[in-house]
Order: sequence, then structure tokens, then C-alpha cells
Amino acid sequence: MNYMGSLLFSLAWRNLWRNRRRTLVILFAIVLGVWAMIFTAAFMRGMSQQVLEDTINNLTGHIQIHASQYLDDPVIDHRFQLLDEALFESLNNPQIKQISSRLRVPAVIASERESTGLIMVGIDPENESGISFLEDSIVEGRYLTDPGDSGIIIGRKLAERLETRLGKRIVLMSQDKDNKITDRGFRIVGLFDTQLEALEKGFVFTGLETSEELLGIKGEVSEISILLYDINQVDVIAAELQQQNPQLDVKTWSQLEPVSKLIVDLYENFHLIWHLIVFLAMGFGIVNTLLMSVFERTREFGLFQSLGLKPGFIMGQVWVESVLLLSIGLLAGNLFAWLSVLATGEGIDVSAFAQGMELAHLSNIIPFVIISKDLILANSVVIILGMLTSLYPAWHASRLVPADAITRV
Amino acid sequence: MASTWRFAWRNIWRQPRRSILTMLAIAFGAALLVFSIGLQLGQYDLMIQNSIRIYHGLIQVQKQGYLDEPKMRSSIANISRLASELRQQTGISAIAARANGFALVSSEMRTYGTMIVGVQPEYEQQVSSLPGVIKDGRYLSSETASEIVIGRSLARNMQLKVGDELTILGSGRDGSVAATIIPVVGIYESGSRELDRNLLQMPLQVFQDVFNMDQHGHAIVVYEKDVKQLETMRHQFQQLVSTYDDLVILSWDEIQPGIRQAIELDYSSGWLMYIVLVAIITFSILNTFLMSVLERTREFGIMLALGYTPFNISRLVMLEVLLLTLLGLAVGTLIGVAINYYFYIYGLTFSGMEEMGKLYNIPATLTPQMSLKSIFLGPAVILVFTLITALYPATRIRKLQPVEAMHSI
Repeated sequence: MNYMGSLLFSLAWRNLWRNRRRTLVILFAIVLGVWAMIFTAAFMRGMSQQVLEDTINNLTGHIQIHASQYLDDPVIDHRFQLLDEALFESLNNPQIKQISSRLRVPAVIASERESTGLIMVGIDPENESGISFLEDSIVEGRYLTDPGDSGIIIGRKLAERLETRLGKRIVLMSQDKDNKITDRGFRIVGLFDTQLEALEKGFVFTGLETSEELLGIKGEVSEISILLYDINQVDVIAAELQQQNPQLDVKTWSQLEPVSKLIVDLYENFHLIWHLIVFLAMGFGIVNTLLMSVFERTREFGLFQSLGLKPGFIMGQVWVESVLLLSIGLLAGNLFAWLSVLATGEGIDVSAFAQGMELAHLSNIIPFVIISKDLILANSVVIILGMLTSLYPAWHASRLVPADAITRV
Repeated sequence: MASTWRFAWRNIWRQPRRSILTMLAIAFGAALLVFSIGLQLGQYDLMIQNSIRIYHGLIQVQKQGYLDEPKMRSSIANISRLASELRQQTGISAIAARANGFALVSSEMRTYGTMIVGVQPEYEQQVSSLPGVIKDGRYLSSETASEIVIGRSLARNMQLKVGDELTILGSGRDGSVAATIIPVVGIYESGSRELDRNLLQMPLQVFQDVFNMDQHGHAIVVYEKDVKQLETMRHQFQQLVSTYDDLVILSWDEIQPGIRQAIELDYSSGWLMYIVLVAIITFSILNTFLMSVLERTREFGIMLALGYTPFNISRLVMLEVLLLTLLGLAVGTLIGVAINYYFYIYGLTFSGMEEMGKLYNIPATLTPQMSLKSIFLGPAVILVFTLITALYPATRIRKLQPVEAMHSI
């Protein structure tokens, strides 16, 4: 059996190179196809990871906790006690990596010349660091130092819109806990710059205690944002937290940002569809090429059979030939895709389409990301469907009647 | 000449299985391209149509610089008169003047900072679909009526219903305090998050009174359904306002660059995939063309000996490729058009489409575009690719020597 196996293999290998040009042409088609599959998959994976990362960075986190009506009506009225014992207990979970609590209310900001509406976020700078984009996005001035920091950080685009700059004062107006209009002057201590314009124009940040003071509350927050060690645990942990704190509203990132979730899912589904399309495009060529090589060798196969080789052996031989062809194509395709991804470095810069990208919840640099799951999917589509498709020419070869075949020119 | 055609036709059917497989590969590519290009173009049409229809119009007349820095002071004097002059001079009645401002808007319970727009109700209905999507109450009745309409999301956040009163507090064009109390007469629901959450409309003259605008406004919106008229209309209006040296004509895509960029990005990434796909198909059928030449060396030798020129034979081979490709394209295009026609009648939708639609301002059902461009663009690209590919085997014929060729098997 072992001997037959190696005979099968070496016959197939040599047959493959009998018509070098033809094999190279179809090999090129396969390599191109595999390359296209993996390279496109890497691009889509990069996009969906980018969407996910941005979504989580943009104040969302993996899980958020709010008072039960806050999401419908995000105002000061819907706040909750931070130091509630049950809540404190349930947040003490080894799976939770980081927690940041925020006071997050609508406000109006006014410079000397212009005013606009936005969201004011009071944060504890130390806890916030690393959970959202803020600390890494400061381009001028400084980050907040402590919860009592009375400075304010605003977006660079907002500063332009308000015709103000670092070091200047602005006035922030909001509703306090009794629904009275309250205001306070802040000095701009930092400017942040993100790729999403809406974020830059729509949010300002100050110390948690400073914002509590402005709104007349103490020890209460509107939002807790949670980062887990493992994002895949998000549904389980969220369910646990909800169960332990029935009076609060626990939501995962995918519930908070359904559009991002949708985009991520769309890319996920498109992987397989794209692989199938590419495979079909090259499948016709593979079958045709193999059929040609089978028909050229009609005489030879007839001879084999009259020498006593079973039809199964002939079928196996053609089949091994095509599997060899596919394997070489896969190897080279994977290699080229990997090299192309390396060549793109950090990713491709699409800042020319910045505002279009923002509509699609994307930022300006899209990295190419190869993960093993995508590699396995692409390679299995080619090898499994390829093996199935090549059964057809192989079956053709084995079906020849020896006496007829041998007399054919 | 006729005999060459017949020759080519018969040659194709000498190897029916091979020819059919090749045709299928081409047909598959053509059908896929017709379908996806039709769907893409259809989606773009919807995106453009809706962004024009819902609020922004095809072109706008604005003060130079207002688009980048929308300041109250960058206004157009006597805007109603200018708008009515433009209506008279062009004969287009869908021309409406607007004034934009920002203010703190308070209900009994809540205060939000939002955009307020002064409109000419009579003409606004012709340039924007917003007046037509009033879900509660009615639209503004006249240019002088002291009343306001508000978006669904904002109304919900402010806990407002039709008949309630709003307090508006902002600053006027001259920096003075602008304040008034005004009743809500209608609540609209456009489906666009931005408009439903962040926009109030009141009659232009009332707006001008409240915000101390004198007769000023910020934009004249011109609606035209047919996007192809853009350049003509832009030119026409350019000339009409040329007496004012600081007015500019802006097109829909300058006002909303995001939509255009999203389209361009999608279109170019789509083409990248199509080209890769067409290349794979071309390579996978190259073998068919190559073999049909190589296996007929003997035949070509005889033809040469009979007095055919290499040019005649090359032409014959090219003709075979052309016929085969055209057949495949015809089948594929028909299938593609049939699929598109089906969705053209019944619409195409998938889960999550509604969320996606809100993001891009399109309805939850997609209809493919049925135009010459959407149907023939894809097949034309395939035809060009295959004909280029066929040049390679055809050139090999030129190297044939009659005697040698006749001796080969």
C-alpha cells in the first residue's frame, strides 16, 4: 500500500509537469485567487477590528451600566449611587480589567463669540486612562490630573468652531439636579484630536468632582464603563451584572452600538461569500484544465488499465494530481498574501475619504490583519471544494474502456 | 468572410464540454458583475436622491466661507427678495431661503442646545421632504406665524408634545440676546438621526425677528430631482448671483462631502474586487484558448500549406475567442439582468438593513439600477480582458512553419 501510495504520488507529480505551461497558467489563476481571498479577508478583518476598537474606545467600553431610563433620556435625573454595596460587590470580578465612572449630561458651551450644544463628561482621569481614547489623543496642553481638576479638555475642531484656544476660558451651561440652569467658567487645559469629527465636536471632559459640584450632586454618576480582559466574555459578564443589579441597566457594546455590531457582522458574513465567489471563478478553469490533461492521456490510461491497474488507481492518480496542484497554489497564495500584508505596513491611508469613512464608523487608517480563523476558512474553502470539483475529471479518467482507449490516437 | 465565421463557430463546438465550461466561467463573471454593479449604482442613486430630497437640495447659495465656518454674521442680506428674484429669473419654484441659528431650547422639564432654522413654509415644502413627514400635528402655516416644528427624537428627549410651549434662548446676529416663547405645532420624523435629534424649524420672518437678523438669512436652497442637471444649474445660478461678489454656489456633494466620499470609497473598493475577479476568470480560461491553438498545430500547418496566411489563422482564432466570450457574456448578462429585474420589482432587503439605511439615509429596501451603464459596464470589462488574453495564443500562430507544423502530432 505504501509503495502504491508513493507511486501514485510520484506519477502525479511528474504528470503535473508534463505540460509545464498549462500547469503554470492554471497555477497562476489559483495563486491569484488564494491571494485575493486572503488579502481581502485581511482587509475586511482590519476594517471590522478597527470598527470594534473605535467603538469600544469612543467611551463605550465593553459593557456600560446606567440608571434604567438613562439611555432613553440621557439627562442628570437618571443617575445612580456609585458606592452602592451590591454594585461594588458585583464589580469586584476577576474578569473585569478596568472600570471608569462618569457623569455624562447634555450641556451648552459658549466662548466669547460662539456657542453650541454638546455632551459634558466628568471623569476620574486615572480610571479613565486606557479605557477610552482621551488620554492618548491630547495634542495640546495636558490631560486631567485628578477628579477635582477644574480645567476642561475640548476637541480641536470644537476650539476652531468656537474661535477659542488653549488657556482661554469658556462657559458651560447645564441643568442641575433640580432642573435649574447652572453655569460655570472653565479654563481650557487640553485639546484632543481624534479621527472622528463628531467626537471632537460633541464632547468635552472635566474632573468628576468638578462636574458633581456644577450639577449639585455627590457620589452619584450617570455611567460606568467596563473593560474586560476577554471581549468574548462580554455577554456572560453583562448578564451576571444585570442579575446582581436588577435596578440598573447593563448593556454590552453591541447593544449600545448596533450599527457597529451590524458592520462587524456584515464583514464576518461576507468572508465566506467572497471566498465562494473567487473559488467559483477559478473552479471552472481547474476542471477544464484537468479535463484537458485527462483527454490527452486517454491512450495512456487505456494502457494502464490493460496492464492491470484498477480504475480506482487511475481515478486516484488524477485526483492526487489536482490536490497537488491545489496545494502548491495554496502555499504560494498564502505566502504572497502574507508578503503583501507585510508590505502594507501600518495599513492603508484613506484619509482622502475621511468624512465618508466616518459615515461608515471607520477611521482613516485601515490596517491589514491576518488571523488564523480567516486563514483556515480561506484554505479550507479552496481545498475542500477543490477536492470535490476534481472528482469529476478523475471519474472521467477512470471510466474509459481499455480496448477503446488504447486504440485512440 | 462568411466562411470564416462558420469555421470559427464549428471549431468552438469541436470540444463542446470545454467550450461550455469556458462559457460558464465567463457567464458566471458577467452575471455577478451585472448584479453587483446594478445593486451598487442603485444604492448610490438612493443615497444621493435622499440626501438631496430630505433637506439639503441640489445646490445652495451661501455667503462665501459660511460652509466652513457657519457663523451667524456670514449672512446674505434681503434673502427673501433674492430668493424670489431667482424664482422669477429661472422659472424654478423649488427655491427657498433659510436662516440658521443655535439656541438653548427649554421645555418645562428639559433644556437642550440645538439648531434652529428659519424657513419659508410655502417654498420649503418644495425643496425638502421634511414638511411632508410630520407625524403629529401639522407643518408651519405661514411665514409670519409664531410657531415651531421639532424632530421626533428631540421631542421625546424634551418630553414635548404638540401644543406645548418652548422657550428659546440664544444670541442674535448682532450679539444681542434672542429670546422668545413659541408653541410646538408639529413633530416630524424623517428617519435621519441628525435631523430628528438636532433641528427645529420656524417661519423665516419670526426667526429674523427673534434673532435680530433684519432681512438676512444664510442659505437659498434649490431643489431639482435630476442630479444630471447639476452643472447646468450651477452655471446658471453662478451667473445670476454674479452681481454679488461674495456669494457662492455649492453643490450637494460640497455640502455633504461624506455621502460622496462614502460612494467613491465603496465604488473604488468594489472595482478592486471586480478586477481581481475578472483577472482570476481570465487566467482560468486562458488554458482553453491556449490549448485550442496548441493542439491544432498540425491542422494549422495544413492550412498554411493550403495558402492561408498566419494573419488569416490568427483572425480565425480571435474570432473563436470572440464568439465564445460573447456567448458567455450574453448568457451571463441575461441572468444578471433577470436577477436585477426581479429585485427591481420586489426590492432587496436583508436583516440589519434598516439600521444601515438610517446611517446612510436610504430606505430599508434596495433596488438595483437598470441602466445601460449598470448592465453593460461589467461585461465590457470582461470582454476587454479576454480579448487581451487571446492575443497571446494568436501570436504563437505567427511562429508556425508549415512543414514542421504538419509533422507534429
